[in-house]
Amino acid sequence: MDMIKIILLLFLVGCAIAVSCTKNLLTSIIIYMSYSVVMSIIWIILESPDLAITEAAVGAGVTSILFFVTLKKIHAIKGEEDDVETKKK
Amino acid sequence: MSKLRKSSADSKWCRFVNWVNGTVEENKKEESAKDQISVEEVAATVEKQSSLIDKVGNLEGETALNQRLDQFQEKGMRFFHGSNKVMSVMICLIVVGVLLYTVSFLPEFGDASSPINNEVSERYITKGIQETGAVNIVTGMILDYRAFDTFGESHVLYVAACVVLILLRLDVKSKAAKKDENDELSVEESEANDRIYEPKNDVILQKVATCLVPPIMIFGIYVILNGHLSPGGGFSGGAIIGAGLILYLNAFGFKKTGRFFTMNTFKTVTFLSLVGYAMSKSYSFFTGANHIHSIIPLGTPGDILSSGLILPLNIFVGLVVACTMYGFYALFRKGGM
Repeated sequence: MDMIKIILLLFLVGCAIAVSCTKNLLTSIIIYMSYSVVMSIIWIILESPDLAITEAAVGAGVTSILFFVTLKKIHAIKGEEDDVETKKK
Repeated sequence: MSKLRKSSADSKWCRFVNWVNGTVEENKKEESAKDQISVEEVAATVEKQSSLIDKVGNLEGETALNQRLDQFQEKGMRFFHGSNKVMSVMICLIVVGVLLYTVSFLPEFGDASSPINNEVSERYITKGIQETGAVNIVTGMILDYRAFDTFGESHVLYVAACVVLILLRLDVKSKAAKKDENDELSVEESEANDRIYEPKNDVILQKVATCLVPPIMIFGIYVILNGHLSPGGGFSGGAIIGAGLILYLNAFGFKKTGRFFTMNTFKTVTFLSLVGYAMSKSYSFFTGANHIHSIIPLGTPGDILSSGLILPLNIFVGLVVACTMYGFYALFRKGGM
C-alpha cells in the first residue's frame, strides 16, 4: 500500500512538471486531466470518497471540457470548422 | 535547415566535377576577365573614395562605436536568454524549499493533539447521526450544521452563471443580418454555422453517447438521492449530470438539447431551486440549528426518506450545479442555450 501511495504521489509530481514543460496546449490539458484522476484515487486512499467523486467529475470532466472550448474559441486547436470557414471566405 | 544556394554552379559538387573535368581554369579566367576593370574607372573610384573619407572621417569612429555597441547588445541578449531559464529554475526551487520548510512546522497527519481535533469535530462525529439523521457525516455537516455555507456556495455558482451570461451571450436580434464591410460572416451567420457544424454526425461518438448518457444520468441522480447514505451529494451528483448533458450536446447538437433545455428552463430551475432552498432552510439561519424543534421527523438513519430536510436540499443543490455546468458549456460554445 505504501508503494502504491509513493508511486501515485511521484506520478503527481511528474504530471505537474510535465504540464509546465509541454509547449502544446492540448497535451497539457490532457496531462491535467490525468492529474485529476490520480488525485481522486489519492482521495479514496485518504478515506474521503465525497471529495474523490467531486474531483473526478469536476476536475477531470467539466473544467477540462471548458478548457477545450476556450482553446477552440481562440483557434488554438485547428479543427474542421476553421478549414470550412477559410474555404467559405 | 539547408540554405538554398543562388545557383548550382556554387555548389561543392559542381566545383568538384569542374575540377575533375579541368574546366576550373576556364571559369577562373572568365571571372578574372570580368574582374579586370578599366584603369580610368579605378582612378575615378579612388577619387570618390578619398573625397568621401575626407567628409566621413569624423563619422568613422562613431560607426566603430556603433558596431561595438551592437556586439555588446547581442552578447547581453544572449546572456539574458541563457540566464533567464537558470534564474526561473532557481526561483522555483527557492519557492519550493520555502513552502516545504513551512510544511515541516504543520502538525503531522492523523496527530490526535493537533488543533483541528477539537470539541467541534468530536461533537460532529459522536452526535452527528442522532442530530441530523444522516449516515454520511459529511453530508450531515454541510447540509445541516453548516447549511448556510452551502446556501452561499450555491449562490456563488448562480452568480458565476449570471456573469458568464452577461459576458458571453450573443444578442442575435439586435445584430440581425448586419454584414461587415470586409465581407466577413456576420455574427448570426457564424453562429448559425457553428450550430450546423456542432453535431459533426460522428457515428462513433453518437453510438457511444447513446450507450453512456443514460447510465451517467442515472448514476448522477443516484448520487444526489443517496447523498445522506453513501458518499456524494448535491455538488458531485450535479457535476455528473452536467457532464452527461455536455456529452449529449456534443453528440447530437443544440437542436436536440433545445427540446428539453432552453434558457427559460435554466432560469426557472435555478431560481426555483435557490428559492426552495432559502424557504425550507432559512428558519435555522436565524434560530440556530438546535434551538427550534423541526416538524419534519428525522426517521431511522439508513432509509432513503430520513434525515429531515437533507434530501430536498441535496436535490436543490444538485439541480443548480447541473444547470450551471451545462450553461457554462453552452454559453462558451454558442453564446446561448
